[in-house]
Amino acid sequence: MKAKALSGAESVANAMRQIDPDVVPAYPITPQTDIMHAYAKFVADGVVSGELIRVESEHSAMSAAVGAGMAGARVMTATSANGLALMWEIVYIASSLRLPMCMAVVNRALSAPINIHCDHSDSMGCRDTGWMQMYAENNQESYENMIFGMKYAEKAKLPFMMCLDGFITSHGIEPVTLFEDEKVKAFLGEHKQDYPLLDVDNPTTVGPLDLFDYYFEHKRKQSEGMFLAKGIFLEVAKDFEATFGSKIDIFEKYHTDDADTVIVAMSSTCGTAKEVVDKLRVEGRKIGLLKLRLFRPFPSYELKEVLKGKKVIAVLDRCESFGAFGGPLFSEIRSALYEVSKPKICNYIYGLGGREIDMAMIESIFDEIEKYTTADIKDFVKYLGVRE
Amino acid sequence: MKKPGWKELPDGGRIIKAGNADEYNTGDWRTFRPMWDQGKCTHCMICWITCPDSSIHAKDGKRLETDLDHCKGCGICAEICPTKCITMKKESDFI
Repeated sequence: MKAKALSGAESVANAMRQIDPDVVPAYPITPQTDIMHAYAKFVADGVVSGELIRVESEHSAMSAAVGAGMAGARVMTATSANGLALMWEIVYIASSLRLPMCMAVVNRALSAPINIHCDHSDSMGCRDTGWMQMYAENNQESYENMIFGMKYAEKAKLPFMMCLDGFITSHGIEPVTLFEDEKVKAFLGEHKQDYPLLDVDNPTTVGPLDLFDYYFEHKRKQSEGMFLAKGIFLEVAKDFEATFGSKIDIFEKYHTDDADTVIVAMSSTCGTAKEVVDKLRVEGRKIGLLKLRLFRPFPSYELKEVLKGKKVIAVLDRCESFGAFGGPLFSEIRSALYEVSKPKICNYIYGLGGREIDMAMIESIFDEIEKYTTADIKDFVKYLGVRE
Repeated sequence: MKKPGWKELPDGGRIIKAGNADEYNTGDWRTFRPMWDQGKCTHCMICWITCPDSSIHAKDGKRLETDLDHCKGCGICAEICPTKCITMKKESDFI
């Protein structure tokens, strides 16, 4: 197929068009709005058959999604920042009910002060809600992750968040190659919900009162579901590659194999970091980038394997975790490496509220961590690009 | 009754068997017990249709004894009864 010039939001909307979910409840919020503009046009033009429900809030959007999903529908939605925060209560309920759905989260900073630009505080804030999460570097990945995520969610019986950077990815236009409509349809097949509520001959109870005598067992079972989702990720990725010829992986190794120092990052920052790696590799420096694509379930074992033996690792978090020891990605990666080799590892919090991260800044990280191969790390958690 | 372990439970906290409320003896919660005076009862069935817990059973147009395994003692039947044939008595009186 020929590449088309599409924004990240249009790429996501095109994935939704091809998936053609039964129900899409949505409420507009910048920068998610462009996805719903494009999808609503598909609805108005009659090129999709699903029902777009215009609800009165994100709380209602997720509630309607849960209701429709429980009835047996294939469900999708999209949101950003404060919209996701307002959904929160039902976000937790969707995963606890083991309800598959696919939601695009266009990453945007949480208020206050109010800011519409990119950081990961919204989706990182719900890292413990039991949703699976992938982060996309660019428009092509955003498109592919959506199609992958829908099937992954249905196989794992868990909801899936597809995160893309607000404005940087959602509004940036790039060439995107879409798969054939028929291939996407065949890849997904028909959704079969367990015990759909519309199956009136086999009635079940959803969300009953569950106190000290059963709640813990239900949470333990949910936890196991997330654990098993790691294996399912690889299965669906294999199927995806066989169908579309495109690789979905837990992470992308960019010159990491022989690297002594490695930056670990997610999303659009990785595109900038790759340019820096290319530049510094020409100079003969043994540096690399590990782009993490799957954040939940957290691939601790796989990260341990790929980062084993590295001298210094810098983890980039586009999110602050107030009062914690570093950002969420840093603390989880550091914890994953605890039992094996212990490379030196430090954290850079960057890009909050859409603050620019450029090649020079990433190069400065490599300069700094290369020094740590011999020198001690002074500050484990640093703020990159903030005015002192 | 031995409670099931987590592996035995359906996903998502579902209860996949219908009609299971029967197995839960909500009668344990009761503070007041409805006492039914059969002699004064006209079998009008207002209590039968009003009981929020379906604890008043009926057969062939006749009211039967209250199902005390499930009656929570809310007292609606006593309040609604036109002949006042139901009175609420403290459970502690039966100990």
